[in-house]
Amino acid sequence: MTAMHELTLTGMRDGLRDGSFTARELTTHLLARIEAAQSSLNAFITMTADAALAAADAADARIRDGSARPLEGLPIAHKDIFCTDGVRTTCGSRMLEDFVPPYDATAVALLADAGAIVLGKTNMDEFAMGSSNETSFFGDVHNPWREGLSPGGSSGGSAAAVSARLVGAATGTDTGGSIRQPAALCGITGLKPTYGRISRFGMIAFASSLDQAGTLTRTAEDAALLLGAMSGLDPRDSTSVDAPVDDYVAALDASLEGLRIGVVQEFMGEGLDADYAVAVRAALAEFEARGATLVDVSLGNIGLSVPTYYVVAPAECSSNLSRFDGIRFGHRADNPADLEDLYRRSRGEGFGAEVKRRIMTGTYVLSAGYYEAYYLQAQKVRRLISADFARAFEEVDLVVGPTTPTPAFGLGEKTDDPITMYLNDIYTIGANLAGLPAMSVPCGFVNGLPAGLQLVAPAFGEGRMLAAAHQYQQTTDWHQQAPEGWS
Amino acid sequence: MSIGSDDIEKLAVLARLSFEGDELGDITDKLASIVAFVDQLGEADTASVTPMAHPLDQVQRLRADAPDADIDRARLQACSDATEDGLYLVPRVIE
Repeated sequence: MTAMHELTLTGMRDGLRDGSFTARELTTHLLARIEAAQSSLNAFITMTADAALAAADAADARIRDGSARPLEGLPIAHKDIFCTDGVRTTCGSRMLEDFVPPYDATAVALLADAGAIVLGKTNMDEFAMGSSNETSFFGDVHNPWREGLSPGGSSGGSAAAVSARLVGAATGTDTGGSIRQPAALCGITGLKPTYGRISRFGMIAFASSLDQAGTLTRTAEDAALLLGAMSGLDPRDSTSVDAPVDDYVAALDASLEGLRIGVVQEFMGEGLDADYAVAVRAALAEFEARGATLVDVSLGNIGLSVPTYYVVAPAECSSNLSRFDGIRFGHRADNPADLEDLYRRSRGEGFGAEVKRRIMTGTYVLSAGYYEAYYLQAQKVRRLISADFARAFEEVDLVVGPTTPTPAFGLGEKTDDPITMYLNDIYTIGANLAGLPAMSVPCGFVNGLPAGLQLVAPAFGEGRMLAAAHQYQQTTDWHQQAPEGWS
Repeated sequence: MSIGSDDIEKLAVLARLSFEGDELGDITDKLASIVAFVDQLGEADTASVTPMAHPLDQVQRLRADAPDADIDRARLQACSDATEDGLYLVPRVIE
């Protein structure tokens, strides 16, 4: 019999329903795995074992009496950026080391209402600012595929936890690639939906025009299951979109026959690891063999996506993070000389180096004399990038390419040079700037480390994109590979 | 353009941040390299382009201007280190 932790989320659901095991057995088993993995992976900041076991017993009762909800008893973890009522929410920062929110994020509440059980809160780059999980106040997360390598970031704890089979699935957020990049580096499936698809209420804000919640799962099928539960209009988030929520699981059966796939030429050339390119091309050949048509597409302005992002995101972050003033919540400096000193030292002590860099960058690009040259110009280039995607989608149903330029890199390897770290998101940032749904699926290995294929769809095209990923996963087994020692 | 320590101090005041010891040299160097990196945006021809305010070109949805007391004030204030009689305490600002 397959061990419980080896099952996908969908497999766990089936096992609970057919009585192969109980929610308490599943929860107990995974809590023990999380605890045992903590010293090597550091994937969690907070565990919620008691609440999880109580929820598991309630789930078992519902399964017994026939009132099970769609996600009843399924064990998940939340990235520690989502506010959880009564459970510490740190956002990976000293600033929020002791912060206990008085409410749930909408995404958290929706998953709880659907029956999911939360085993804990996962480690992350501080305020989601990072691509390696090294900016966390709570220490580096290690990649389950090889000790000493980064799991990617900022949702690095969520990616490592799913990859190491500690939970069935985890939530994440993606502002410039923070779900897709760690999913690729950890060999799992990461989904960033359309901007506004999932409410941002209670999700601690980094860059509000880019932030989007999503999922880290083993399969596209699991992502479809969670997305349906998390999506929808939320009156408490004025940017959440009033668009119908499709039945994403039902949509998975759509065939690849006739699907037109645009291969982004700018993503397949210089800068991409040669062996990674081989893995991506093999994946494309698989789509073609299954009846899809490959078309070369060009995104002419995509080369400016990283500098555009590193103006827009810091500008929005410098404004959003002004709420951390040391007074109403968060770290408060001792013995302030005056109010100004309280603000400056609370923030100076509470924020780490990368967060301070981004606040300073944002303050710079928004300040008098520089606003037009940087912020306004970036918003104009953002429109050019978005228009490139729109043109491509006149010809094709999806655009694809690699998720990252290389497989997982070493912890400490890129921390001295922020630009080198920023360029790690070169293929993922475009979808955020244009607000488009995108995902990463495992597509092979480079020197024993996972590589990811990125798919991008038109706005609200999650169903078609998930179906393409699901169909690919029916005839490939990259997504079923477990890191050694974690199967 | 180059960024010097005067610029950093001005930005730090605007951003209400403090930098201690080695942090000051580090932020000066790294901010300069970030600004040099984003300078390439100037190369794009955007003369006839309207800045993008929303990724899906949607307008902000508004709600009725009515109170929504869904969060308990006492629980909200419990997040703060210093409150008294329902008020937040700060250092004296008026002598």
